[in-house]
Amino acid sequence: MTDSAIAIDLAQTSVRALNERLHRLPADTNERLWRIGNPQGAHAVAAGLTVPIQIEIDGHVGYYCAGMNEQATVTVHGHAGTGLAENIMSGVVRVTGNASQSAAASGRGGLVVIEGDASARCGISMKGVDIVVGGSIGHMSCFMGQAGSLVVCGDAGADLGDSLYEAEIFVAGAVTSLGADCIEKPMTQADVARVADLLARAGIAADAARFRHYGSARQLYHFHVDHAAAY
Amino acid sequence: MPPPTDDPENGRPPLRRSAAFSPEVIAEIQRAADQGIYDIRGFGTLRKLPSFDDLVLLGASISRYPLEGYRERCATNVTLGTRFAKKPLELKIPITIAGMSFGALSASAKRALGQGASAAGTSTTTGDGGMSEEERQASSTLVYQVLPSRYGQDPAHMRRCEAIEIVVGQGAKPGGGGMLLGQKITERIAEMRTLPAGIDQRSACRHPDWTGPDDLEIKIRELREITDWEKPIYVKVGSARPKYDVALAVKAGADVVVLDGMQGGTGATQDVFIEHAGIPTLPALRQAVEALQELGMHRKVQLVISGGIRSGADVAKALAMGADAVSIGTAALIALNCNRPLHVDDYRALGTEPGACHHCHTGRCPVGITTQDPALEARLDVAEGARRVRNYLTTLTLETQTLARACGKSHVLNLEPEDLAALTVEAAAMAGVPLAGTDWIPGR
Repeated sequence: MTDSAIAIDLAQTSVRALNERLHRLPADTNERLWRIGNPQGAHAVAAGLTVPIQIEIDGHVGYYCAGMNEQATVTVHGHAGTGLAENIMSGVVRVTGNASQSAAASGRGGLVVIEGDASARCGISMKGVDIVVGGSIGHMSCFMGQAGSLVVCGDAGADLGDSLYEAEIFVAGAVTSLGADCIEKPMTQADVARVADLLARAGIAADAARFRHYGSARQLYHFHVDHAAAY
Repeated sequence: MPPPTDDPENGRPPLRRSAAFSPEVIAEIQRAADQGIYDIRGFGTLRKLPSFDDLVLLGASISRYPLEGYRERCATNVTLGTRFAKKPLELKIPITIAGMSFGALSASAKRALGQGASAAGTSTTTGDGGMSEEERQASSTLVYQVLPSRYGQDPAHMRRCEAIEIVVGQGAKPGGGGMLLGQKITERIAEMRTLPAGIDQRSACRHPDWTGPDDLEIKIRELREITDWEKPIYVKVGSARPKYDVALAVKAGADVVVLDGMQGGTGATQDVFIEHAGIPTLPALRQAVEALQELGMHRKVQLVISGGIRSGADVAKALAMGADAVSIGTAALIALNCNRPLHVDDYRALGTEPGACHHCHTGRCPVGITTQDPALEARLDVAEGARRVRNYLTTLTLETQTLARACGKSHVLNLEPEDLAALTVEAAAMAGVPLAGTDWIPGR
């Protein structure tokens, strides 16, 4: 790794030029640390990365920052717009502030850390990503969540885990309401250990034993007349 | 003179049956009463709708000059994605294979479609559940679908495909999400979609990370960034309000708009949805072309129409109305032997007959196309299937060229609305071409 970061000023360089340069990096690149300035809410910053580099973004980003990330570690020192790290495959994406709606949507792997709050639909359609939120999350979060863990240190909005498949949800605070087919489940010692591990990886201090566990009742797994009221 | 009878033995007067409560309606009411849940099935709409059959092409005579049918060149190539993409698709024929999932279809069916389409010089399209290696290997030009479910979505696969299609909806169920019933969710399908095996899989009807046309514009830009602006971006919509949906897709930055009419097929959808939502392909196409023309984007953003395309006549009429290409799904499966009278006992075990089968949802396809059962899938010979698909595409192309030459066109894309007349008042109004023998277009 180089000692100093490669600095890119988005007031001077377009997102296209930045992403193109990042996409051209070979897997064994020595240009491993990048510092991005003046994002000013730009969209798709550092989207589509494929190599294990570290990106530090100083400021707020718009939609789809670090979208479909593979292997890279991306940190936003600010807030993030809609679709942060959507469909993330691997690597780590962190936001020190808040994230707008659909954070980590359909993520298939990796870790997404939101140190502040996340808005509606956090973890919607998640497929294996782990998400740790330091604050609270908005309504319809983890809608149709298929796999992975969503850890929320604050509160969860209405209809949490609606139409849930096999994703697991852990919430320390209050839950406004559970969505269709989402139920509270026992918080086992294995669950406590799992949450503790995710909190440690996220670098967020919280007592894992305080969390409550929510998952799928698996009652909607087959179309059946007796479930009609739930649809 | 004795009264008329349909029962000469007893002399009973002819039975009067209700038009509203036909035998099919009575059977459906009683099925609903038995089961308490809607009917789910495959295929497409079964009822008669205004279609390309209601149009005719006006061959040349004195006022127009035809081309020699077998000697003079009538080109068929089409380029899709000329607006922004660095690498537009160059297809030899304006007929593509529509998105159908591995899951709804067997791997053998996907391979046969890919090989057949590649031999004919055209593209195939993935589907819900992502890209399989078999499909990638079989298809020389593959369009990668980005669907609301995002099942199996992988940026590495996306980069390996030649175009990206954002699926907003489909003609069989505009506004509805997909479904794949548990009997087709094998271990492999489940793994690709990150789902438990054997469950009835529901697909979302809305994308998880964008909610309107302004968001879609940003989404398209993200996909362009991830693929370095190389791939054409298609936007596929079901035909409900094509005037607005096409305009919004163009505004959002699409290179290509795919419009799927009401006659479009499905692997599994509620019958009430298939038969009662959306508008037929004929008026949808006209409205889409008008929307592009109003924006000054006709032929700049390419328009692909699908939903009930069966013959070269349908292709020629669609191109004459202003489409740049057509896409086929059900017809390609029929070319693969869908509904062919083979293994007839298996059709009967499903409660149907060859020619009336729409049981794709069951996973018990007698000819190995819409199944994940290895024994049934083995009935589809991939090489033979590929040959049949290639031959069918070739026939469609030859038919299209024949009609285009007769209209004096040296390229099939030179067909124009002036080459068309309508056989019914309804078709004239919907297609925006004159009723045959008149200059009258209803509403103008």
